[in-house]
Amino acid sequence: MSADRGHEAGREGAHEAGHSLFDDEQHITTSSDQRLVTMANQIARFFSSQKHDTAVEGCRDHIAKFWDPRMRGRIRAHVADGGAGLTPLAKEAIARLTR
Amino acid sequence: MALIKELDYGTPEPRGPYGAALAQVTLTIDGQAVTVPEGTSIMRAAQIAGTTIPKLCATDNLDAFGSCRLCLVEIQGRNGTPASCTTPVAPGMVVHTQTDKLKRLRNGVMELYISDHPLDCLTCAANGDCELQDMAGAVGLREVRYGYDGRNHVFARQDGKANPDWKAKDTSNPYFTYDASKCIVCNRCVRACDEVQGTFALTISGRGLDSRVSPGQDEGFLSSECVSCGACVQACPTATLTEKAVIEIGQPEHSKVTTCAYCGVGCTFKAEMRGETLVRMVPWKDGAANHGHSCVKGRFAWGYATHKERILNPMIRSSIQEPWREVSWDEAIAYTASEFKRIQEKYGKRSVGGIASSRCTNEEAYLVQKLIRQGFGNNNVDTCARVCHSPTGYGLSQTLGTSAGTQDFDSIRDTDVILVIGCNPTDAHPVFGSAMKRRIREGAKLIVIDPRRTDLVKSAHIRAEVHLPLKPSTNVAMLNALAYVIVTEGLVAEQYVRERCDWDEFQEWAEFVARPEHSPEAVADYLGVPAADVRAAARLYATGGNAAIYYGLGVTEHSQGSTAVIAIANLAMATGNVGRRGVGINPLRGQNNVQGSCDMGSFPHELTAYRHVSNDAVREQFNKAWNTVLDDEPGLRINNMFDAAVDGVFKGMYIQAEDVVQSDPDTNHVTAALASLECLVVQDLFLNETALFAHVFLPGSSFLEKDGTFTNAERRLQLVRKVMTPKNGYADWEVTQLMAQGMGLDWNYTHPSQVMDEIAALTPVFSGVSFDRLEEESLQWPVNEAAPHGTPIMHIDHFVRGKGRFILTEYVPTDEKVGPRFPLLLTTGRILSQYNVGAQTRRTGNMAWHDKDVLEIHPQDAEDRGIREGDLVKLQSRAGAMALHARVTDKVAPGVVYTTFHHPETPANVVTTDASDWATNCPEYKVTAVQVTLANGPTEWQQRYDIFARDSRRIEVEPAE
Repeated sequence: MSADRGHEAGREGAHEAGHSLFDDEQHITTSSDQRLVTMANQIARFFSSQKHDTAVEGCRDHIAKFWDPRMRGRIRAHVADGGAGLTPLAKEAIARLTR
Repeated sequence: MALIKELDYGTPEPRGPYGAALAQVTLTIDGQAVTVPEGTSIMRAAQIAGTTIPKLCATDNLDAFGSCRLCLVEIQGRNGTPASCTTPVAPGMVVHTQTDKLKRLRNGVMELYISDHPLDCLTCAANGDCELQDMAGAVGLREVRYGYDGRNHVFARQDGKANPDWKAKDTSNPYFTYDASKCIVCNRCVRACDEVQGTFALTISGRGLDSRVSPGQDEGFLSSECVSCGACVQACPTATLTEKAVIEIGQPEHSKVTTCAYCGVGCTFKAEMRGETLVRMVPWKDGAANHGHSCVKGRFAWGYATHKERILNPMIRSSIQEPWREVSWDEAIAYTASEFKRIQEKYGKRSVGGIASSRCTNEEAYLVQKLIRQGFGNNNVDTCARVCHSPTGYGLSQTLGTSAGTQDFDSIRDTDVILVIGCNPTDAHPVFGSAMKRRIREGAKLIVIDPRRTDLVKSAHIRAEVHLPLKPSTNVAMLNALAYVIVTEGLVAEQYVRERCDWDEFQEWAEFVARPEHSPEAVADYLGVPAADVRAAARLYATGGNAAIYYGLGVTEHSQGSTAVIAIANLAMATGNVGRRGVGINPLRGQNNVQGSCDMGSFPHELTAYRHVSNDAVREQFNKAWNTVLDDEPGLRINNMFDAAVDGVFKGMYIQAEDVVQSDPDTNHVTAALASLECLVVQDLFLNETALFAHVFLPGSSFLEKDGTFTNAERRLQLVRKVMTPKNGYADWEVTQLMAQGMGLDWNYTHPSQVMDEIAALTPVFSGVSFDRLEEESLQWPVNEAAPHGTPIMHIDHFVRGKGRFILTEYVPTDEKVGPRFPLLLTTGRILSQYNVGAQTRRTGNMAWHDKDVLEIHPQDAEDRGIREGDLVKLQSRAGAMALHARVTDKVAPGVVYTTFHHPETPANVVTTDASDWATNCPEYKVTAVQVTLANGPTEWQQRYDIFARDSRRIEVEPAE
């Protein structure tokens, strides 16, 4: 799936807050896109105490090694789209992903 | 095949301080010279020389006691007839084990024993396995002159009246009985409880003829503090303590050594059989992890394997609203294969995946990941380590270079300071917990870092030097504070660090942790722990001698789980506590084969032994061996699979022996994901909670029904041996092979040993492993040419990665914060008698101890909410709510509540959230902001789930003609 299409699918697929099979109460759940942003920020936060260049590379390498292609495609598309919610370090690292 | 009987040397092997060699002593026993280490008893020396001295109160896993007076010997030049169990050898000593005098004395002793013992040997459950009977034979007892007219413990009634000395059998324990009339008061049970198990639940009450084994204060076994480990039953030389299964079935006739399928300790047992019927599991004395000890689960809780609720036939259905339909294996496999093919054609190659099980064997986990990589053509495979120790894998490989613990369990015998953080070994790893307690009783100092006052903090003859009851989620701040003290007080092992670690990185780290914001004083408020205690713990860890860290899911299951593991490695390196006996970093792994399933390449980004899928050379090797082209992109982790499913792009899953609906966090999210799948295949013993969402059910086999290997928490590979035919027709590895064949793969394994040979050929750290080698001895990886007998201690001389790496560990408070709506913190865990989701233990007598999950709440928090002991309460978080009963206890700190996740009726994970570790997505089970209120009944969620579950478990019945 191309990055663009992945992003579109993500928008449509972002599931509604409160969806549960077993009750009607409101549960706060996170859409997949939000979750990817949170995860990327968490990773960046860990590396942020290191020297800037090392931190960017650490963050980039981590995402490259542990995220599947679709997740990477979506977060790259999100950055291309302005990267709302991402910290500067996360954004910089994602921008350096080559695939 | 015969019954395996280990030789009993009567007294333990002596051991020098820190394992130092002992001087050798030569003596003569019955005219034969024998050389043994100093400190050996005469009894043991005699047995080594091949002579068995009669004994009743002695056995070699207990210290000598000298009470039965059967083991008397004569020593030239010494007066009297000393007990051989309590008399150490001396150079030049000349011992006689059989003389007229000794014969007469032993005869007299036996006559007295038998004069107060029932003579119902023929119908006695111990018939064929009774040491009293054996000794009567050994000493040549031919008559008992005293009769039964006097006081005795044998008859319920005497002289027409009730006999006040007689006691009714105690049958309260689900697994064994206590018959006081057969007791010879040898104290072996009491000593086993004290020395081996360390629970101190038993004593001898009364004196002289009133002496009786007494659980607690003369209570029944079940209501006493007994933890039912069974060490007493095993130690009992008569029928006083006897397994109910032996009473019911009779004595076993053959046995095989196999490995327990419960926790990560990896106890080995003799499965004692009669035909294909399991009579009892007896811990194997030569078991390298357990040395003849066990817990209630391993020894007794195996009844699930033959439980009537086991599903023995494959079943399919096209939607989860339909009832199940039993089909042949052929039909089930053909349906599954066609579904996966259809889904991949429609949604793409990466739209399917699976989960390998940490309860199955290495060979089975290997085959599941092979099926997914080779057959599905992607890397969407994960294992339950995702939700437990994935941060261990990440943290230790980053710092030390290998994704596993550094020591063997026996290393603790040489430990001076034990630092326990975020684990509760007496409940979750009981046999190792007992070894730990033994070492503490010998004088090792203990530091416990845990929000709860676990049993280790204070129990019989055990007391932590320091308990740091930190607030959940503050591990990293705590570890940084400990590091602060070590660095600023000059306690760093500088020479070690200079030699073995990257010095520049160390200096950067030292500068980082020495910042004032990391001081114990600065963080005392949010840790909730006095600074002085943190300083005391740091000093003790750094300066108390050999210091070892043991940790569990209380470290890993946090948003900063991986950071905490790295912080632990930093501490150990800074104080020079890695790379020799007695020290190290020891993750206590949860399930029986969770180490193994990770080693076997069950992670989506790694092939066997943690080699990344992007590594061309490694992939090329597999491509050749498997005749395929592997995907070089990392696959989806479990939680990513669920996200992708909810997004509508992940549609098919094969789950082997995991119950993600019950065990994984945020049940609403998990169930929404599973319900969106077009084909979910569940392979399990039972219709578990995950199977409610499945379209194909493939019946699984128990560990008793297959050959293979498990790898325990100390990287030890041990054989699992088949002792009965699979009730479902196939071992689990055969089922995976059927699926692979259905998908068109050319697999033709006829025995799991062939799978291990393939693993060994493709994986350098396993190159020396084979079933033949494992028949000879258990092996701790790496096993290769350099280490043909395996590697008990890692990182000797240098770290696996070269220089040890210090990495900065900034504390980042979790997003899961208490507030007005959710003012309490929920943390979750396990208890001794139940295991994981309880699928196995709930189907055994262990229900006698824990038939429901309860919510532990501090008396203050309970009072504020009008909650009393036993009240039904609603536990609510932002993710969901469920009701369960409250237990008011000060084991938890104010502001913290605790529950277990063993019962599906009280699903703790409806309440836990989707928050996870930054590096590995390991869920943050240990921290959820919640509110607790009185409840009227089960929540709507529980009620609707209950109806759904009953509906979904329907199996279509053929209409009767």
